[in-house]
Amino acid sequence: MAQATRKKPTSKAADPIVSARITAQSHFRTLRFGTPFQPRIDALAKTQDWYNWAGYRAPYSLWDEELEYFAIRSQAALFDISPMTKYRVEGPGAEAFLDRVTLRDVTKLKPGRVHYTAWCDDEGFVLDDGTLFRLSPTRFRLCSQERHLPWLLDSAIGFEVTVEEETEAVAGLALQGPTSFAVLRDAGFIGIEKLKAFDLAEFEHDGATLTISRTGFTGDLGYELFFSADQALSLWDRLMTAGEPRGIRAIGYTALNRARLEAGLIVANADFTTAEHAIRADRLRMPDEIGLGFMVDAEKDHFNGRRAILEARARRKLRHVLVGLEIEGNIPAEHAIVYCKKSQEVGLVSAAMWSPMAKRNIAIASLARPYGDTMVEDLWVEIYAMRELQYQKLMKRAKVVQRPFIKLDRRTANPPADF
Amino acid sequence: MTSFDVIAIGGGHNGLVAAATLAKAGRKVVVLEAASAVGGAARTEEFAPGFRVSAVAHLLNRLHPDVVKTLELEKHGLQFARTDFLPSVALSTGGPALVLYGAYGEVLTGASSAEQSAWKELRAQLLRYAGILKPFLSRRPPDLAGMSFKETAALGQAALSLKKLGKEDMRDFLRVLLMNVADLLDEQLADDRLKGLLAFDATLGSHLGPRSPTSLLGLYYRLAGEAGGAAGAQLLPRGGMGAVVTAIRAAAEKAGVTIRTSISVAKIIVENGRAAGVALDNSEVLRARTIVSAINPATTLLDLVGPREIDTGFLRKVKNIRMKGDAAKLHLALDRPPQFTGADAADHKGRLVIAPSPDHVERAFNPSKYGEFSPEPVMEITLPSLADPSLAPSGACVLSAVVQYAPYQLKDGWNAGKPKLLKAIMAQLESYAPGIGKTVQHSELLTPVDIEARYRIPGGHWHHGELQADQMLISRPVSGWSGYDTPLDGLFLAGAGSHPGGGVSGAPGLNAARRIIAMKG
Repeated sequence: MAQATRKKPTSKAADPIVSARITAQSHFRTLRFGTPFQPRIDALAKTQDWYNWAGYRAPYSLWDEELEYFAIRSQAALFDISPMTKYRVEGPGAEAFLDRVTLRDVTKLKPGRVHYTAWCDDEGFVLDDGTLFRLSPTRFRLCSQERHLPWLLDSAIGFEVTVEEETEAVAGLALQGPTSFAVLRDAGFIGIEKLKAFDLAEFEHDGATLTISRTGFTGDLGYELFFSADQALSLWDRLMTAGEPRGIRAIGYTALNRARLEAGLIVANADFTTAEHAIRADRLRMPDEIGLGFMVDAEKDHFNGRRAILEARARRKLRHVLVGLEIEGNIPAEHAIVYCKKSQEVGLVSAAMWSPMAKRNIAIASLARPYGDTMVEDLWVEIYAMRELQYQKLMKRAKVVQRPFIKLDRRTANPPADF
Repeated sequence: MTSFDVIAIGGGHNGLVAAATLAKAGRKVVVLEAASAVGGAARTEEFAPGFRVSAVAHLLNRLHPDVVKTLELEKHGLQFARTDFLPSVALSTGGPALVLYGAYGEVLTGASSAEQSAWKELRAQLLRYAGILKPFLSRRPPDLAGMSFKETAALGQAALSLKKLGKEDMRDFLRVLLMNVADLLDEQLADDRLKGLLAFDATLGSHLGPRSPTSLLGLYYRLAGEAGGAAGAQLLPRGGMGAVVTAIRAAAEKAGVTIRTSISVAKIIVENGRAAGVALDNSEVLRARTIVSAINPATTLLDLVGPREIDTGFLRKVKNIRMKGDAAKLHLALDRPPQFTGADAADHKGRLVIAPSPDHVERAFNPSKYGEFSPEPVMEITLPSLADPSLAPSGACVLSAVVQYAPYQLKDGWNAGKPKLLKAIMAQLESYAPGIGKTVQHSELLTPVDIEARYRIPGGHWHHGELQADQMLISRPVSGWSGYDTPLDGLFLAGAGSHPGGGVSGAPGLNAARRIIAMKG
């Protein structure tokens, strides 16, 4: 029977046009790209615990997520940030262009400085947050979670500026932790001690330049390095060799995610839904609704979303607020529902952990105003703790607290301390 | 320096209507016109010594009655009677013409009696359905975000009129609304000449053929207009279209409007998200509480305001407005009146249409999709000097024709294409009016590129934006901003690019002025 229904295999000479087309469309053969550091990371990846970061194969953990976290807080942690979306923005109109696209005043960002910013659509809803590096008076690098090239190109109409994506061409590393300064100094980056928080400068590696900024996503002393992808492996080795005596470790995202939560930093599409991803109309968020209201500069020249944001403020149309919570007990309240008076649902926790540094049970949550804004009393979270195939429901008191949850003097100390 | 409450950019008829309406409501208004005369594409111009013609718009069929009333245009010399209504003549090369008399064919001649009764029924239906759309095509589009009680009531009225149609008619109205005109005509009519005329009218001024989906809307748009109180009626104003402009201008000046010509606006000054004034090309600066732009919406927002002052999403929408014209305008100075085959003396004073069948119109449309003009173009012709001898030297004749299709972006370029198109048009005319070629003293053909340059109409599109379903009503000029206001406080749009669209109606100008008054601008 099987033979009777089987089709006769056809053997045909390969059509050169078809095979050329197939060759040109090989993207599907590699479902997750490796980063320029993949040979090194693969060698260290004992847990084989991968996730998809913007199309790249990135590790959640490499050997032990607990110890990786403590590498950030007590040693030096090396994290591959190459998959981060990066745009090169260049031209005499670059400053004005970025000033119109993003919320903060770019004219106040001096060459050699970095700032954290965000950008919105016409309705004032946040498209993404990211960091803006001013490499020279006319050259910038914009780093973000999501991709925005069509938006940036359309926004560039009328400005003397070019915008190019450089995610693949530029590799990035974050070196974070108390010994990170010492590691870079020992690796021979002369003058690294001069960098203050949010400063950047150019350094040399193998005859080429790289950019090092004193920035990071951990709330700790730390640096970010950007350089040409073809230098990735030699630079990795340089850092690992220099860092060995000071406990340098490669880490995955789970550890970083804990550090960033302690630092009170938010992640796009984890703590809020970006405007182009949101399907449901009530998921869109204005800067003021995710704790980024401080970025909005109504005094500067026109920027995308200005009208909508100022109108929402004037008419009190802001519906949500993002807050830091301190929760009693020590069970992480991940994705727990927030209640008022234990009964009225008022929001959701987007990230939570027991913080070893703060020695507190902390969380970031989005609440429906006025809760979390003017009404902060009698808030509770309901934690579903799975205990051997049964949920134990815990109603725990939550208190709105300031972010960051931890403040480390070493992050901003000048000169940075040598550990 | 005199200070003004309102600066109106553009002295086309909509700019003048907006200015006059605002001045009548107590505003001090100045109109800034770049050309040496007001009126824009509705001017009467001399194109050859002694020969004058209506520039682009040559037939009056939709001047809004509220404009006439508000500006008291009858007092300013604009008066029409039923006897002024012009017939539409569907020309044919052999045999007598088919003629629609009165207001869009109250009487049909030259067709079989079966066709006459079929037309009577179809005409009634078209007018009934156009009547439902009429309030939508004249008032400010409904504001979906925050509808006022007045707007809700108006929508309710429209719903009521729809309901009054009865169940069958209402279903049919909804069925045919977005149909193509050719299919609807095939359902109800048999005579190709009549169907050709209607197919032509439905697609006139748009980048659509009769078989393009939604092409019926163009016919509704036309029939939602009226002249002399009759829907679908058409007139040739004595003195050309410029006479209408003169009347509106007189009303504006009487209301105290200051008109400055030969002065163009270089920039709209924006301060803190608000339009605060204009910088003129002579570096003079005028400031006012309200700026109303009756020029092209894309020119206003992209060139005068500039992309830096508007949001990226809005910029995208404005850039995406389709406004590439597909019609040319022909002016001929003739030694003597031409003789069109099968048309009598009275018919020659009417609107003469060369569109022998819907297929013919469709075939004329086809090349324009690929950047070529029609080798056998369709056209509507008027001979305005027959009724108004002041337009031509004694015994001579003016011919004015709108010719389709002539795509703005001609593949071979208009420098090379223009003489070829003129030749094709003349060949077409020769076969309908034998001998006409020999009587031509002078010819002027305005391609969309010429119309763009001469009248500052980007794309040379007299609607300032394709008038199709996706660019009408709440989507005109762009979705979210159809109510004459813009993202910039104090800046309003009042031109044909705004709802309801082009044609000499004054409706965008009137609606914009009413909006400004309602906003206390």
